[in-house]
Amino acid sequence: MTTATSLHRDLGLTDDEFQQICDHLGREPSYTELAMFSVMWSEHCSYKSSRGHLKTLPTEGPHILVGPGEGAGIIEVAPGVAVAWKAESHNHPSFVEPFNGAATGVGGIVRDILSMGARPIALMDPLRFGTLDDARTRYLVDGVVHGISSYGNSIGVPTVGGEAIFEECYAENPLVNVACLGVIEDRLMHGRAEGPGNVAILIGSSTGRDGIGGASVLASAEFDETSAEKRPSVQVGDPFAEKLLIEACLELIARGVFVALQDLGAGGISCPTSEMTSKANTGMRVDIDRVHRREPGMEPFEVMISESQERMLAVVEPARVDEVLDVCRKWEIEANVVGEVTPSDRVEVVSDGEVVADVPADALAEEGPVYERHLERPGWIDRLQMEDPGDAAPDRLEDAFFAVLSSPNIASKRWIWEQYDHMIFLGTLQGPGGDAAVIRLPNSDVRVAITTDGPGRYCYLDPYEGARLAVAESARNVACVGARPLAVTNCLNFGNPEKPDVMWQFAEVIRGMGDACRSLVTPVTGGNVSFYNETKGRAIYPTPVIGMLGSIPEGVPARGLAFVSDNEPIVLLGRTDDNDLGGSEFAKTVHGVVAGRPPRLDIEAEARLIDLLVELRDLASSAHDPSAGGLAVALAEAAVVGGRGFKLGPRNGELHRWLFSESPSRALVTCRPDDVEEVLERADRNGVPAEVIGTTGGDVLGFAGCDIPLTSVTEVYEGALVETLSSSID
Amino acid sequence: MSGRVGIVVFPGSNCERDCEKAFRDLGAEPVMVWHGDRVLPDVDIVVLPGGFAHGDYLRTGALARFSPIMSAVRSHSGSGGLTIGICNGFQILCEAGMLPGALRKNTGLKFMCRTTRLRVANAETAFTSRADEGQVLRIPINHFEGNWYCSEDTLVSLQAKGQIVLTYLENPNGSFADVAGIVNEDGTVFGLMPHPERACEELLGSEDGAVILGSMLDHVTKRVAV
Repeated sequence: MTTATSLHRDLGLTDDEFQQICDHLGREPSYTELAMFSVMWSEHCSYKSSRGHLKTLPTEGPHILVGPGEGAGIIEVAPGVAVAWKAESHNHPSFVEPFNGAATGVGGIVRDILSMGARPIALMDPLRFGTLDDARTRYLVDGVVHGISSYGNSIGVPTVGGEAIFEECYAENPLVNVACLGVIEDRLMHGRAEGPGNVAILIGSSTGRDGIGGASVLASAEFDETSAEKRPSVQVGDPFAEKLLIEACLELIARGVFVALQDLGAGGISCPTSEMTSKANTGMRVDIDRVHRREPGMEPFEVMISESQERMLAVVEPARVDEVLDVCRKWEIEANVVGEVTPSDRVEVVSDGEVVADVPADALAEEGPVYERHLERPGWIDRLQMEDPGDAAPDRLEDAFFAVLSSPNIASKRWIWEQYDHMIFLGTLQGPGGDAAVIRLPNSDVRVAITTDGPGRYCYLDPYEGARLAVAESARNVACVGARPLAVTNCLNFGNPEKPDVMWQFAEVIRGMGDACRSLVTPVTGGNVSFYNETKGRAIYPTPVIGMLGSIPEGVPARGLAFVSDNEPIVLLGRTDDNDLGGSEFAKTVHGVVAGRPPRLDIEAEARLIDLLVELRDLASSAHDPSAGGLAVALAEAAVVGGRGFKLGPRNGELHRWLFSESPSRALVTCRPDDVEEVLERADRNGVPAEVIGTTGGDVLGFAGCDIPLTSVTEVYEGALVETLSSSID
Repeated sequence: MSGRVGIVVFPGSNCERDCEKAFRDLGAEPVMVWHGDRVLPDVDIVVLPGGFAHGDYLRTGALARFSPIMSAVRSHSGSGGLTIGICNGFQILCEAGMLPGALRKNTGLKFMCRTTRLRVANAETAFTSRADEGQVLRIPINHFEGNWYCSEDTLVSLQAKGQIVLTYLENPNGSFADVAGIVNEDGTVFGLMPHPERACEELLGSEDGAVILGSMLDHVTKRVAV
């Protein structure tokens, strides 16, 4: 039995926060009010530990129509054409229940996009798991991929890319991030409940007891042995209901019926009722008896914080209510008027004729606690950076090459992405497996490129540099497919912010991300922070996942990473530093070491490379950036996907350093032999070092002095992940 | 070329817009038809598009066969009109008894989205007239339940009557006799797991899907001309 004094603690609120609530209300909160505060003031919903840091990020630019603070960032990618772009995490639910955790993560981000009035048209899924020699990890991989596949495919939104990285630190805290791209079809929506007298309509699935306390209990606390008991806090997804919700809402948006629209995610109905009114300086009277329910006997507080999926709250003028209900009826989804906008600036909740909550909207949505958490650079990081980075020459170069190539971090992820519909909408000009996905917007020739990158290892060794490297790589990836980088969304995955070293990592990552985004002129349009990614006190690597969006002008041919014809010169753009092996796939795979310093980034050199890659749209037949696994892997991928080998010229020095170094600001491009002088000249003009390192063609990968048959490379690259997943565990 | 194409939208369909674009790009006039309607507009071709009609709950196609529009689709094909069921549409046609056999889960027990190579086993149908027998078409599949099955006797009969229209070169899902697409005995109803609408543009990797959709348009425009 919970006593009255400890109740707020059970709901995840501190004693101090409880006192602040009393101050806001001038009295002790009712049970329902306390429940509403507990979700709205949770780390997950309120960003109380991160808000101060996030404010330092650059968020404005000529293409940015809507920045952080709404359902998604809105970016103008061509004159009059706007897209929505946003990332989210669903880490904790996916560890507890991988299938539904991952599925509802997809559902949540899709509704964020929809809340802006945009049709969701592409998903990306950056994933992090433990290593595959663990049976539970394999179960998680299977469940998460199946969950994404099941939900994304069913709602008819293609999953066009992502990442899958396997590292010990994620074994008991996998990361399931998801990013979504949408296109504004008719009009941009805002989540502002303007106009007292307007009514609030709850559209979509009925409300049940699933997901009670998802934001507060599950997403804002560490994990331990009892985490399985939190399974009732994981929501259950119904993609069919989501599909109908999308179509009904888009039809209603096109008709211009909605004054405001917001999704119900973390925090349930407490969230839109307070946020939409807080933004508009209005209030709302909510009659929760009119909320359609999945089961009888639900308490008012359960209705207010239930995180049942596939629901949206719309504000509508009274005269148009019938139109909304008619369209919802056609799409066979339920919709009910549940409230009214008031001039009071309070959220009043009525149940059975009785007011069960009466709270200032601002107190819930805007005036939650903000913490300047103590941060401290940990001593271990200095020792770690001084350690041997694992850059010694391997016994045999060929063995090292195959070891790196068959690492699940490097090998083809076809097993994963073939489970995703990546083609629907006829817009996937480049799908999974490339540097970035290229999406042609529906009924248009405007193309955008999207990618996600999050080098956790680099951030572990040096969070500031790691974050800069993440931004640089994501920008380079969209430039490789010919796009100009425009805007960033992110998903910031960290350990417990109450620990000073974790908070230091967070602050350093934000500083690095802000610096890099300012240099590359790619403002941050929003994102998500996921703290408490720890199990039994062990934190994950700090893992900021950067989602980069770029645009490609109409008519520009798609450019992939594959070698497309024989006898083309291979040009390496940028400078290779033979010492950039700290945190590399080579060091980890060959020497089992994650230590030293990550590669050094010169952001100005990166910016020049990006300009050059964009300028080479007309000349380069392929482009690919050497990142994890270095040049060796980049060349191998271009050869395998293109179905043709290459021959490199002789080199001096230690070959393994040149081949496996992960120096940033580099790209491999190929072109017709006649064009090579022009490519080199343009590189020179842009201040980018360039060198012809070899020629395409043949059936071997001709690393100077080490020829490896293309067929065996292809077999390993395409087969390694499936082989690892199906190998027996001792 | 013209040709009026009615694309049936069930709750949960999701390839209807892709079919609309593919047919329109081929010069046809597509219109959307709601599953709850009881009559079809004046169309030459009916498309049951891919997706997850009614969420694929209970069993793929099991609920959609009861949608009010289905009796109109039945009479349309009964009077010689062409009907194509793509992926989920194929599943619905089998559930509705308009095509023989049933579609089970893929043998790998995974959803699969990839481009497959298909052999045209019968080029004499209204759906394959633009192809040559034995021609290989590259068209993507996108399904969890594409493992077509029927009895031995049914298969022998289908083979004898030329009702097996497309077979996989590399069977991706375990389907019986590598079957990817079949027609009914009258040659008016075609069901296939691959998505021809996803392969009508070089930019997307293949134009072979236009062979199938274009054959249908040839058939109905010829019929109108006669």
